[in-house]
Amino acid sequence: MSTDIVLAIALTVMTASTPLLLAAIGELVVERSGVLNLGVEGMMIVGAAAGFAGAQLTGSAYGGVAFAAVAGAGLSLVFAVFVLLLATNQYATGLATTLLGIGIAGLVGQGYVGQPGIKLEQVPIPLLSDLPVIGPLLFQHDVLFYLSLALVVCVSFVLFRTRLGLTIRAVGDNHDSAHAIGYNVVAIRFATIAFGGICAGLAGGYLSLVYTPQWVEGMSAGRGWIAVALVVFAAWRPLRCLAGAYLFGTVLILQFHAQAAGVPIPSQFLSALPYLATMIVLVIVSANRLSRHSAAPACLGQAFVPSK
Amino acid sequence: MTSPSSKLLATTDVTKFFGSFCANDRISLDVDAGEIHALLGENGAGKSTFVKALYGLVRPDSGTITWKGERVEITSPARARELGIGMVFQHFALFDSLNVAENIALALPQDVAVSDVVARLDEITARYGLALNAEAAVGDLSAGERQRIEIVRCLMQSPTLIILDEPTSVLTPQEADQLFVTLRQLVNEGRSIIYISHKLEEVQRLCDRATILRHGRVVANCDPRTTEKGELARLMVGDLVHAARPSGSAAADGIALSVRALSMSAPSLFGVDLQDISLDVRPGQICAIAGIAGNGQSELFEALSGERLSNDPAAITLLGQPVGHLGIAERRQLGADFVSDERLGHATAPDMSLSDNVLVTRARTDTDLMRSGVLKLERARSLSQRIQDSFDVRSGAVDPPANALSGGNLQKFVIGRAVDRHPRVLVVNQPTWGVDAGAAARIRKTLVSLAEGGSAIVVISQDLDEIFEIADSIAVIARGRLTALYPADQMSAEEIGLWMSDAEAGASQRANSTFQTAGVGLDNND
Amino acid sequence: MIRLEARPRPSWWAALASPVIALVLTLLTGCLLLLAFGKDPIKGLYYLFIDPITVWWSLEEVLVKATPLALIAAGLSVCFRANVWNIGAEGQFIVGAIAGSALPVVLPEVQGPHVLPLMLLCGTLGGALFALIPALLRVRFGANEILVSLMLVYVAELFLDWLVRGPWRNPAGFNFPETRQFHEWATMPIVGDSRLNIGIFIAIACCAVLAFVLSRTYFGFGVRLSGTAPRAARFAGISRNRTILLVMALSGGLAGLAGIMEVAGPIGQLRIQISPGYGFTAIIVAFLARLNPVGAIAAAFVLSVTYIGGEAAQIAIGISDKITRVFQGALLFFVLGSDVLIRYRITWTRRTPVIQTPEPAAVERTST
Repeated sequence: MSTDIVLAIALTVMTASTPLLLAAIGELVVERSGVLNLGVEGMMIVGAAAGFAGAQLTGSAYGGVAFAAVAGAGLSLVFAVFVLLLATNQYATGLATTLLGIGIAGLVGQGYVGQPGIKLEQVPIPLLSDLPVIGPLLFQHDVLFYLSLALVVCVSFVLFRTRLGLTIRAVGDNHDSAHAIGYNVVAIRFATIAFGGICAGLAGGYLSLVYTPQWVEGMSAGRGWIAVALVVFAAWRPLRCLAGAYLFGTVLILQFHAQAAGVPIPSQFLSALPYLATMIVLVIVSANRLSRHSAAPACLGQAFVPSK
Repeated sequence: MTSPSSKLLATTDVTKFFGSFCANDRISLDVDAGEIHALLGENGAGKSTFVKALYGLVRPDSGTITWKGERVEITSPARARELGIGMVFQHFALFDSLNVAENIALALPQDVAVSDVVARLDEITARYGLALNAEAAVGDLSAGERQRIEIVRCLMQSPTLIILDEPTSVLTPQEADQLFVTLRQLVNEGRSIIYISHKLEEVQRLCDRATILRHGRVVANCDPRTTEKGELARLMVGDLVHAARPSGSAAADGIALSVRALSMSAPSLFGVDLQDISLDVRPGQICAIAGIAGNGQSELFEALSGERLSNDPAAITLLGQPVGHLGIAERRQLGADFVSDERLGHATAPDMSLSDNVLVTRARTDTDLMRSGVLKLERARSLSQRIQDSFDVRSGAVDPPANALSGGNLQKFVIGRAVDRHPRVLVVNQPTWGVDAGAAARIRKTLVSLAEGGSAIVVISQDLDEIFEIADSIAVIARGRLTALYPADQMSAEEIGLWMSDAEAGASQRANSTFQTAGVGLDNND
Repeated sequence: MIRLEARPRPSWWAALASPVIALVLTLLTGCLLLLAFGKDPIKGLYYLFIDPITVWWSLEEVLVKATPLALIAAGLSVCFRANVWNIGAEGQFIVGAIAGSALPVVLPEVQGPHVLPLMLLCGTLGGALFALIPALLRVRFGANEILVSLMLVYVAELFLDWLVRGPWRNPAGFNFPETRQFHEWATMPIVGDSRLNIGIFIAIACCAVLAFVLSRTYFGFGVRLSGTAPRAARFAGISRNRTILLVMALSGGLAGLAGIMEVAGPIGQLRIQISPGYGFTAIIVAFLARLNPVGAIAAAFVLSVTYIGGEAAQIAIGISDKITRVFQGALLFFVLGSDVLIRYRITWTRRTPVIQTPEPAAVERTST
């Protein structure tokens, strides 16, 4: 294979991985604070619909990006109100978020089916983008791609090097202790959930503004769920999250290329690969964890009621 | 007595209601600079509520607090710390997955960096002899070390008054001694301490003054060093019936429960491995297993009950039958029963009614509660009523959920549920932990009379007073090892205390002095 | 600030009222939503919720759609009661449909009264076995059953897609992606001259049996105990792993049964699309029914009305039938929110609350 083809494939892998990474890094922060938000799929699809609609309404893909972020954050706050203020079951509320998100996205996107989209432009980075191989690979992308990588670094730094990150981890480890010391557990979790919502919204926006610039119903196709699995795979560590997202992006793209290349395997089986891969990875990671100290935040998924 | 102006802290008529329940009834108390002031009382006497008011966690309904001669409103823990009041809680507010320095930093103001903490930690640990490794993960630490973190957290803010809530409840006697040295040093620096406890001996050893609370009221102020222990006890609990084990109670022949060289690896990272445990209990015998919490008691309980199975069926023999491989329900069917230390969530389902909770342990042993898989709910209800009636369980409602009962009443229910069956072997973990004095006396009496009826009883307990009250033989568990069983009347509290910190050393020492009178080895140590 | 104050015991009135409160809140939200789209809210709600049950034929349609919902939701109720999160009922529905269809599709020459019972059995087994995959992975490796069962939904959909486009495609079907029509022995008998088939009775019977099992048998007791207090269940000698396997198989089996009844009933053949998301909607049904299998019958009816009403509203007032999904999602939120009333009293506080418990909260977690 020539380098051009390899480069082309690598670029598509990056495009496929970016939404996974965006959604997963957001969910990682949410889970570090002790909340399991299973609404990522819903926030993502809402982000996709809002992103597409926003671009059409404002005439600019950047308008779409803003809409996507706001929509994801908005839906995440609905989740937050129920889970944090009413202490509802996090699993069920997360599912409700996903179901509501799919509904809202269908409703919003209804009028946009089949319309041509506006693609988010590439912003080559001066000088660096002229480098051979590395230039086109890393420095000729859209802002969301740069953002996704920047988020990995930032989240990693904030979580493990700052007092804010320490507080988030503490709240996820033991919310009762954090409360007893005087931290506002609910406020901290509101903030992380909103951050997760923005990230998931942007991930959705990436789908409808970069990956396939159009609106197709159900276009997130389980990527939100894969992002949730990625966090488990990453053992709640941002850098491993990056690796995981690119691994899954590769699986997604390779099965497309295999289909295009006419591999004598039914396309449906190839399409099922990312989902099967997710399962297998979950099994391997979970099996390892049974014998070791769990990396999961200890309060993950538990409701917090301060007065009791 | 010093003049009022020299008082560090004084409260007048502090009163706090929870609904209609009066937790604190006009409590007046003062603390001098440089004194250790004991707050003595039973569980539920109102000690915790009172100090929470001093620390800004509870707002009193009425009464005043005067700090260094000025009236103050302590609205939050932050305000308390600002004034110079620090508190070390009985239940630690720690984070297992974080390290020591991070845990300390979290309790300090936002602008303190973890790196600053590490530096100051070294200084404080050196000064007070509170050995702590800044990098260690807190989840791996012993209770004593965890407490040190709380104390360091408190000291980092240079408090004038330090409140300690039942600090020795999780410590070995030796760790407690170490704590007392630290506390003395703090007082010598001019700080004051409010020391909450229900343990008379340590209050007598440590404290300059004592205020005794009962049912939310101050019943006495005294100098604990000059007041007799019996008098303190009477003030604290009022007049109390003692179960008192009839002396010379004879156990029958034969072995009801036998454990042979039982070893089991810990179920989790923070658990304890059981190593080579052997134990024989005869019918009619009450055998106590003493030890500090977290030394393998829950693991041993789970092994005896069958919640965790042994690889070797013969490791545990119940009434002559090897049962190491049988589950808890099968062991119950053979005539054993078990009462776990955790009333809510383990021994009972908190949200389920008492009659449902009867089914938890009885459905598979009582043939009239279930026929071919279908439950007889009316019978469960009447059985539940019978247990409540005969064990004086006061619930104030018809068939309430378990979590609606007070600790003492629920414990009576849980004990009653097992005793009502007349099990031939009963294993009880911490039978009276956190239970009021009346219920505790009742429970101990129940256990004694069950043994008199010929049942073999194993009591796992941290409470030495309880052990000496009801047990006829004692073994000590430490770090997953169990000493041999010795007659209770040949053991001293000091000896048990020493073994608690190291069963192996204790056992070998005991073996060496088999032909001497009990306690000789200890005298040499002193 | 909202503050939750634990009630001394669960409130019975709130338990009864909570589904009603949730429905009312959903309707209010619906009004706002319709207003936002510039539609008359009263008219919109009429078409969405009332119109479907005013005419016999559409009421029949409501019942036809309620049948699989009730059946799946009854199984999920048992599962959720055990605190086991089977989110993949949609996949088990599909696999049940496939497993049950094998007989009439592959061996159409096999005819007779034994065909349908065999199909129902195969469908149930298929769904149960498919649900056992996440259950086994959870028990054996600790893999999260939510994610695994959900991934398997996509796998099942793709597998169905392959079957009806590939090996099982009707040879005389002009290349349409669907199997041959099921023969008469392989279809559910119709009740009278309606659209209803005997499936509705099977569903009602299953719900009733499950309600009995859950409330009156030791197995059901163990499921509830294991869900609400897993350590107490272990203390009773009930194996958590066994419970997980059993409830997953049970809920998967019922979803599979619903699947085969759907293709052997209203649809009459396998197609790419055999479910408008029954497996997911059934989750909402189960929660609206407060995880009570008998309640699932009524709740299934309500959710089914929103499906039919969505179509009616689209025709009558020109609002997209996608609004149905929004209603369903909102309903689940409100159901979960109103359930809080059962265990807590909600109070409003101005300032930051101070701890108000007489007993010190157990902050120290015991590591087990």
